[in-house]
Amino acid sequence: MLANFLTAFFAINFQPMEFVHNLYYMGMGMLCIILVMLVIIVATTLLNKAAIKLSEKKKDNDKE
Amino acid sequence: MEKLLDFLSEFEILYGNFLEFDWRMLVMWVIGGILIYLAIKKDMEPTLLLPMGFGAILVNLPLSGAITQGDEEGALSVLFNAGIANELFPLILFIGIGAMIDFGPLLSNPKLMIFGAAAQFGIFFTLCLASMFFPINDAASIAIIGAADGPTSIVVANKLNSEYLGAIMVAAYSYMALVPIIQPPVIKLLTTKKERLIRMPYQQVEVKKITRILFPIIITIVAGCIAPASVSLVGFLMFGNLIRECGVLNSLSETAQKVLANLITIFLGITIATKMHYESFLAVDTLLIMGLGLFAFVFDTAGGVVFAKIINLFLKKDKKINPMIGAAGISAFPMSGRIVHKMGLKEDPQNFLLMHSIGVNVSGQIASVIAGGLILNFFMK
Repeated sequence: MLANFLTAFFAINFQPMEFVHNLYYMGMGMLCIILVMLVIIVATTLLNKAAIKLSEKKKDNDKE
Repeated sequence: MEKLLDFLSEFEILYGNFLEFDWRMLVMWVIGGILIYLAIKKDMEPTLLLPMGFGAILVNLPLSGAITQGDEEGALSVLFNAGIANELFPLILFIGIGAMIDFGPLLSNPKLMIFGAAAQFGIFFTLCLASMFFPINDAASIAIIGAADGPTSIVVANKLNSEYLGAIMVAAYSYMALVPIIQPPVIKLLTTKKERLIRMPYQQVEVKKITRILFPIIITIVAGCIAPASVSLVGFLMFGNLIRECGVLNSLSETAQKVLANLITIFLGITIATKMHYESFLAVDTLLIMGLGLFAFVFDTAGGVVFAKIINLFLKKDKKINPMIGAAGISAFPMSGRIVHKMGLKEDPQNFLLMHSIGVNVSGQIASVIAGGLILNFFMK
């Protein structure tokens, strides 16, 4: 059992340089996700402001 | 002698399946038993761990009829092909999850969303780590365990044709259940007592109904344009939320939150077990995937906390953020948000971080789905 385990363990194809090659995806991934979230933050903030303005306008119209 | 031979041949016909017994089945029964124990005794994600545990025993019986054996189709294999192989179950579950989520705390303070993005660091870091041991499609599927989001893990692993779907699903759901054990030590390690004591007053901001209705639509459009591969994930999540917020589909919203989500969860849990057959599950690769999944969770938590600490460097003294809320940026909703809140209360009984941490936690839900979409964009051919 232990022999099988060790055989399987050493059969794993360990390629340390892949870590360095894929750092590009790490950088790009984090950059993209932060950009997307920033876009959503801006859109939500604008949406919030527009909704408040709209409701204030409605209140003013109702008062008139 | 002839009678004895007859008896033995009859015995073999009746109980021949015992000859198919393998000691590894016993190991899987123990694993199934542990999952059931964690679900019942420790109350860890019982809705998923219990069906998975029972399913693990079910599929690891000698010549189990629950899974396909030769030409004989098994019920669980049929369910797998009908609901998981085509990603139907996780996507439908997302409608239920979307209907359960209240984006209110996030909409009243949208800036919190940035922490959801930062807490996806573990996914991309684990991608690099896993690529040293596995082909890139498997590495990307393993990395998404860090999304702390079962349905996203299933969809990504399926779309990338990962051969480790079973181990990935088990790791994703098990670690989601273990969030209360994994996160606190990481948070404590990365923060000082002074930082954990930072108070963040919560200002109640009214969120207009129109904002609540338009938010899921905007998210779908933005995420869909940037990561088209994730549009079904984001779309189903936001569709569920739109049903909740529109105000005219209350009965549908209730059905999605309760009946639909429960029904799918029952089938999802037990069907996942089809990938827990001892021949594919008991391998060194599985142990490695479990370890990498843990790394993903730890680095997600660390990413959120460290990002909050960096932001604090640029903030005035009275505007500082409690860095613990960064840890809630993982998708395990609402567990992660509650853990941060409890940790805050433990340090200072008057420090209420719940609304902030839940806001970050909800943003983590959105960010993890987008991260899944980005991974698909990078590696789906």
